[in-house]
Amino acid sequence: MRTELVWKVGGQQGEGIDSTGIVFLNACHSLGYYTFGYRHFMSRIKGGHTNYQVRVATRPVYAVGDQTDILIAFDQESIDYNFWELPAGAFVIADGFGAKLPEERGVTLAEVPLTKIASDLGNSLMKNMVAMGATCELTGLPVEPFEMFIERQFGRKGQEVVKANLEALDAGRKYVRERWGHQAHFKLVDSGMKPDGRLVIEGDYAAGMGALTAGCRFLAAYPITPASMIMEYLAVHFPKVGGVVIQAEDEIAALCMAIGANWAGARAMTSTSGPGFSLMQEAIGLSGLTETPVVIVDVQRAGPATGLPTKHEQGDLNEIIYGSHGDIPRIVIAPGTIEECFYAMAEAFNLADKHQCPVIVAMDLYLGMSRGTANEFDVSRVRVDRGALLSGPDALAKVRGQFERFADTPSGISPRVLPGTPGFIHLTTGDEHTWNGRITEDTKIRKAIMDKRLRKIDEVDYPGLSVRGDVPADLVLVGFGATTGSLWEAADRLNAGGTRTAVVQLTRLWPFPAEELTAALDGAGSVLVVESNATGQLAHLIRSRIGGDLLPTLLKYDGDPIRPGEVEMRAKEVIADVSGARIA
Amino acid sequence: MSAALVSPKSFVSEERPTWCPGCGDYGVLQALQRAAAQLGLQPHEIAVVSGIGCSGKISSYFNAYGLHVLHGRSLPCAIGVKMANPNLTVIAAGGDGDGFGIGGNHFLNAIRRNINITYIVMDNQVYGLTKGQTSPTSAHGFKSTTSPAGSAENPMHPLRLALANGAGFIAQGFSAERSQLVDLMVRAIQHKGFSLLNTISPCVTFNKVNTYDWYRERLHNLDEDGSHNPADRASAFAKVMEHGDLVRGLVYAEEGPSYDEFIPGYTGGSMADMVKRADAALVDKLMAEYR
Repeated sequence: MRTELVWKVGGQQGEGIDSTGIVFLNACHSLGYYTFGYRHFMSRIKGGHTNYQVRVATRPVYAVGDQTDILIAFDQESIDYNFWELPAGAFVIADGFGAKLPEERGVTLAEVPLTKIASDLGNSLMKNMVAMGATCELTGLPVEPFEMFIERQFGRKGQEVVKANLEALDAGRKYVRERWGHQAHFKLVDSGMKPDGRLVIEGDYAAGMGALTAGCRFLAAYPITPASMIMEYLAVHFPKVGGVVIQAEDEIAALCMAIGANWAGARAMTSTSGPGFSLMQEAIGLSGLTETPVVIVDVQRAGPATGLPTKHEQGDLNEIIYGSHGDIPRIVIAPGTIEECFYAMAEAFNLADKHQCPVIVAMDLYLGMSRGTANEFDVSRVRVDRGALLSGPDALAKVRGQFERFADTPSGISPRVLPGTPGFIHLTTGDEHTWNGRITEDTKIRKAIMDKRLRKIDEVDYPGLSVRGDVPADLVLVGFGATTGSLWEAADRLNAGGTRTAVVQLTRLWPFPAEELTAALDGAGSVLVVESNATGQLAHLIRSRIGGDLLPTLLKYDGDPIRPGEVEMRAKEVIADVSGARIA
Repeated sequence: MSAALVSPKSFVSEERPTWCPGCGDYGVLQALQRAAAQLGLQPHEIAVVSGIGCSGKISSYFNAYGLHVLHGRSLPCAIGVKMANPNLTVIAAGGDGDGFGIGGNHFLNAIRRNINITYIVMDNQVYGLTKGQTSPTSAHGFKSTTSPAGSAENPMHPLRLALANGAGFIAQGFSAERSQLVDLMVRAIQHKGFSLLNTISPCVTFNKVNTYDWYRERLHNLDEDGSHNPADRASAFAKVMEHGDLVRGLVYAEEGPSYDEFIPGYTGGSMADMVKRADAALVDKLMAEYR
């Protein structure tokens, strides 16, 4: 009996591979298992290999599996593409007959005429249900959740359709039982749990829900993978709360609209990925100079230019931290799990309101599009703090007649009054300006007001990092975003192997938590920085903020997420003082 | 606060314009001040969102809430302002380079989005603040520092573009014809949906071709043209073409539903009042989809 299983379905894009993966993942969730699903897809509507990997376990999992135990392959390409991650003992359920395994490695090829069985029952689309039945038989998973899914999904299409799908499910089970049933390879222990208090959700949707919960009512964005799901989520749910989604003509307009809406008093945001984020650079400066709050989500994908539009990367880091001409205050936070996406988004609006500057939520494709188990979100943990926003007669009466929109204050944060308020008319300009907002080129004011703006982020109330494990440690793994899950898992294995390993997840990338990081790394035997880009942007950022030599890195930039096993392998090299190797 | 009586002076800011003496933008500013007074608006009820260039400085000189943004970006910023607080009268303003060059994409899309804002373009067919370069509305052959041999490009036709793209209100004013300009501004602001008021606003320093006199001799007054029907888009197009875009007056006006009428759940209230934590019951319902 095993406590974990990795299952994958592969085929041609457009034949329901994703939905098959999600049906399997949801069923495992309803059986009380923890899940993590990763979608591999291409930038085309139909055709091309796509796959969906689901990890099922009796403990929380936050990363893709190193290996796949069961591969449902609807075509030969799915076998060829994924064969490298099949260990001895793995099972390939191939659709029909004539498939070939690239080499003899103790992998079982189970040829099941999935499509033919489905066609014989009336509809070839039911091949996915045949595959589910086959999976149940191999894993010992009960069929009830799948039967319930069929009732729910097809009930309105009539009992005929429901019956046919149930038969397909059963036929898959029978076929496998008769031929390979005695092998009972992948029996999963009962989870012993109910899914109570847990969700299965994608990071993008969690982020959208977090924004809505925090009072955001305006999103302007341009469709782009892998950020569109945030926009689509809010387009569906904003009408319930009076919110608006505008599909802008480009990302320049999107951010400008969000800035305009924030200026007028809304909590407003935009969501994008690298190419769009590049277009936003000038307007990020506008938000910074005009001290207008705005929240920008960058769900990073593999660049540069159009790059690998459907693949994961963390290569926007430099641009997120340094992008836009001139000097502005900005805050960059980085959720690392699906659950954190919800809370980070909600808090981003408080930070933007409080510090009156752009707040960038650095996500990545692996985090935004992966569907996995998360604890239910606790609304009571979300607070709404609008900072120094003056409203109501009492607050306004105190400053009436002496209001300066950009007043010099010890914290640098100047009270804000919204347009529309009688008696507080002022100009907000992207030109350099005086304390009351008038355009100026006075050298003294320029320097003083620049200093005022920059000191607004001297103190930012958002955790700089999260440490898992005891420090000082033999080895400290450092990363951010979705990489965190792979680091945690690698650390568990290294700890089990006797290497005292801790993980530092950077949750705030700017202002950089230099002191906290220095403390966390103090006394470490070795440090390994793990990130998904080609040049070690995080490692260079760390060196620039805490000094010392460039830390050893694991850099991956082939489009696939970093797996726990890769971290483990590289960590062992680093401990053995082998450096410089790259995985790509 | 009770509504104070307003006059054009209510909209004069403490800042003195730095435009060149004789600049057409003075006339646009004064017309806007008169129009706002005529509409009985209070200064705090107006947001002027302007782009970059000489014309963009209008938000400094007009006494209202001002948002002076990036080159070419007055329209998207104004759209955000209006959607977040529809109680504000939102006026986007800028020049021909700002609106039809660097911001051209926003112009096209603002028209089809039909959000209730007024766009005032001060068109002088030249880049002024950067000291005299060719603009998107400069005539073919126009000589400037960036086109010493004469512009090789054909000019953009903002009125025709707006007509073709379905704008509900299109007018062209002349900064020297003040009372007509005031009247057009009043009507543009009153129009529900996106309104374009292109304003001929001569540059006395860098455009020695398209001068006040040059325009005076050529501009055809549509408001006094009995054969012009501003309710008919096709004939308006023909009229604009007939006069090579050198017209002043109302080109086309027809009110239809504006953007917000198609937004489900849009309240028409200020979004500043909606900033509160969502009810736990609502979030519970949102989470139910993922249980």
